[in-house]
Amino acid sequence: MSKSQHIIVDPITRIEGHLRVEAVIDENNVITDAFASSTMFRGIETILKGRDPRDAGLLAMRICGVCTGTHYQRSIEAVEDAFDITIPKNARLVRNLVQGALYIHDHVVHFYHLHGLDWVDLVDALKGDPKKAQEESFKWCRTPYGVSESELIQVKERLTKFVKQGRLGIFSNAYWGSKAYKLSPEQNLIATAHYLQALDLQRDAAKLMAIFGGKMPHPQSFVVGGVTCVQDIQNPARIAQFKTLLKKFTHFIKTAYLPDLAMAGVEYVDEALDGTGAGLKNFMSYGDFRLDDTGFYNSELLFPSGVVLNGDLSKLHPFDQTKVAEDVTHSWYDAKGPQHPYDGTTNPNYTGLEKKDDGYSYLKTDEKYSWIKSPIYDDTRVEVGPLARMVVGVAAGDKRITKYVTNFLALLGDKLGLGKPAPTAALFSTVGRTAARAIETELMADVMLEWVDELAANVAAGDLSTWTEFDFDKVAKDTKGHGLAEAPRGGLGHWVKIKDGKIENYQAVVPSTWNAAPRDHKGRMGAYEASLIGTKVADVNQPIEILKTVHSFDPCIACAVHIVDTKGKELSQFKVNTSCSI
Amino acid sequence: MVERREALAKMFSAKGSNVNTNRGAEYYDSLMQTMTKRLNELEKTEVATKNSIANVLEAEGLTRRDFMKWASATCAALMLPSNFTPLVAKAAELMNRVPVIWLELQDCAGNSEAILRSDAPTIDELILEVISLEFNETIMVAAGHQAEEHLEEAMKTFKGKYLCVVEGSIPTGMDGYYGTIGAKGETFEEHLKHVSHNAAALVAVGTCATFGGVPAAAPNPTGAVGVQDIISGKPIINIPACPANPANITGTILHFVLTGQIPELDHLNRPKFAFGYRIHDNCERRAHFDAGEFVEEWGDKGAQNNFCLYKMGCKGPMTFNNCSIVRYNEGVNWPIGAGHGCIGCSEPQFWDKYAQERPMADTHFKAPTGGVEKTVDEFGLGLLTAAGIGIGIHAAASAMAGKKDNEGEA
Repeated sequence: MSKSQHIIVDPITRIEGHLRVEAVIDENNVITDAFASSTMFRGIETILKGRDPRDAGLLAMRICGVCTGTHYQRSIEAVEDAFDITIPKNARLVRNLVQGALYIHDHVVHFYHLHGLDWVDLVDALKGDPKKAQEESFKWCRTPYGVSESELIQVKERLTKFVKQGRLGIFSNAYWGSKAYKLSPEQNLIATAHYLQALDLQRDAAKLMAIFGGKMPHPQSFVVGGVTCVQDIQNPARIAQFKTLLKKFTHFIKTAYLPDLAMAGVEYVDEALDGTGAGLKNFMSYGDFRLDDTGFYNSELLFPSGVVLNGDLSKLHPFDQTKVAEDVTHSWYDAKGPQHPYDGTTNPNYTGLEKKDDGYSYLKTDEKYSWIKSPIYDDTRVEVGPLARMVVGVAAGDKRITKYVTNFLALLGDKLGLGKPAPTAALFSTVGRTAARAIETELMADVMLEWVDELAANVAAGDLSTWTEFDFDKVAKDTKGHGLAEAPRGGLGHWVKIKDGKIENYQAVVPSTWNAAPRDHKGRMGAYEASLIGTKVADVNQPIEILKTVHSFDPCIACAVHIVDTKGKELSQFKVNTSCSI
Repeated sequence: MVERREALAKMFSAKGSNVNTNRGAEYYDSLMQTMTKRLNELEKTEVATKNSIANVLEAEGLTRRDFMKWASATCAALMLPSNFTPLVAKAAELMNRVPVIWLELQDCAGNSEAILRSDAPTIDELILEVISLEFNETIMVAAGHQAEEHLEEAMKTFKGKYLCVVEGSIPTGMDGYYGTIGAKGETFEEHLKHVSHNAAALVAVGTCATFGGVPAAAPNPTGAVGVQDIISGKPIINIPACPANPANITGTILHFVLTGQIPELDHLNRPKFAFGYRIHDNCERRAHFDAGEFVEEWGDKGAQNNFCLYKMGCKGPMTFNNCSIVRYNEGVNWPIGAGHGCIGCSEPQFWDKYAQERPMADTHFKAPTGGVEKTVDEFGLGLLTAAGIGIGIHAAASAMAGKKDNEGEA
């Protein structure tokens, strides 16, 4: 190969939503340029306008079927913030538990069923020897989950049957056998067993959400002022059911998910240490999970808010929502410059793709090329997500987060034979981003057990309050509020303005808006784009390295729904803005 | 789960509902012949995947008896007499002949997520495993060109045989450019037409794919519509709800295998086996409605005692779906169970009609069931009797649900 190539990956699969990535790859197979584009919209903020703010949560939740409960809660909290309502303790704990269940469900499904197949070669697992694989599993965990020799023989037989029957279905035409896969056949077999077990177990995590949420996806038990599931929390059998399912899932997290991450961390350690996929190294957390009942933006938080710049953990910059701005230079809109969400405008200006002689349509990368706007924090591009939360937590000196991060780095250092913990800098990579998600999952599962006990104790002490009464006619006149919090994949915020008891304006700036955004007015890249630069690909025709890094952010693009009308003109005098791009 | 299915079976075979569960011997004899013929033909066709239900049962440690119990319950759920059970079982065994291509358009992946979380011990899921799921962006491994290549290959290999499942609405505004897919930048509308062209039938799952759903809520900024507004000349089955209940998706696919035809549908193309009843008909809180016991405020004494949520805006009386029987997440709960009213998510335009927390009487929307709800507030609880409300709603509802009966569809 003598010159650089410009490749398209569309659709990016194993994500939520519709995403395209284009990359320029030089003669040494190194990515020198990258562009991320969202290719779908619905216009949910426009639809929300004029509606009753008490109903906004139900509709805003449909922004996304994956972080569904997060949108629901943030939308309701934006309204509660506007009405100055503090919810009862039971309601706070129920919401924490439903969100916590969403985290542990989402992270496990993400690792095994979406991201895992970038690390694990399912077909190579067929070559794995069950006996050796059982021995291998003890290297990573003292009491490994579901990978005894007999269990692995069954997994292998099931897999062999599936592969032999000729049609691989969703596993067809993939990258099996690629040099990018580094696990041994035995390690692949272990991870494959966990892939199948997790497929079964994740239903339990979904049940956790449904116990207090009614159903999942799209729960239905939160209302402005609290929650509705009073009869579920006063029923000891429900609490017991919750605890049993949680413990079962926690067991899987500790004896399958974390050991598998340590295994992948060791086998892919070169990619962690050389910083493949590090990207921006600027991290931001809106903060989330209130630990007391002092109300919005006063409570102590499980995940502190803040900003860390250039990977410098010694300095934590406080987060200030007034410093959030969005730019549309490379997005399919017109605006004069970066605008705070409250003052944003949306003037759609779709300029399309460029059809070339090879029959493909390319992004016009010098112009506008995505429906996602480019959010900027204090004139800086930042990354959000589990890695950002762990990094901000450590920089903030949070004891709990520091403990879990330190434990994992010590485990990794031990397995690598370093005689000391692995360096924190290893977290600034695609591998590290994936590891941070696992660290956070364990932390969340443990803290949820504390919360469910706290809930049971509070109810047992006679507190059945689940809703704070308010007079809608008095509070709803002219007001505004925001619900800023953390979805599993990063900072998720809803802003609402209310006039005469109706929604006047509604905006959401969410994880994949931050991460999947195109370049900004200063030509600075978004987090996906920046993280792809410098990555070496084994085969330009197989985008596995691109998928691996993009997947490490856990993309969720449906929320990239901007306000557009059928004629392509501004929809209203109100300042309507982008939503997320989860 | 099998026990729950049996309870379901009882419910579905109960007399006096607005769905005709007894059509006479002649009808069922003829249906039996059609189905037997269909299954014999199917048996002779090329398999899509060599994996079989027997393999899966074995791998999962389930017995033949478990399977037959499931088949018997499913038979009832599909509103067929019990002598159809062997046919249902055979159909399940032949499901590996039906390839499925699952498209995602203007969606939130909620229905894909729901399928992932469907029932345990998972026979329903296994059925979905043994169908040949050829394409689903959320979980398939290949991306980009490799994904597109595989889609084309599957469409060619299974020409005229595959079921095209669609999740998400189709934007028609701005020439369809609100949604594009693939290296060529095909619009969602072009993509749907392309893939549906050689499909045996289309299954629209979720309210977006059926009626436009969230994107089509006023003012419908992208001109979003459902599959039935774009595709003609193909059988289309609508399985609405937000998200669709996985049990209803499985039931529909099974019916297709069984008969080679789409299940009996109501006037909105929804399968009657799932959408023949209103939430209200089988609601666990119905007795409180009849007794005039209502939750008046979130978290009040009524809420603590599971009283009826009608006055908190429950739309169960207007909504046709089987949530109150099947529930969600392995039957663990459902919205009304968790103390929140139904929002009518399986009905067209529900975002503009039903999805709010006040009773219909407090809104400017008119209930399609003839304003029965007004009586609750206007005449007070004293006048509320089961008969009065029941007859009124049933009359209107049956007229709607039964409309197609007179048109003589299969």
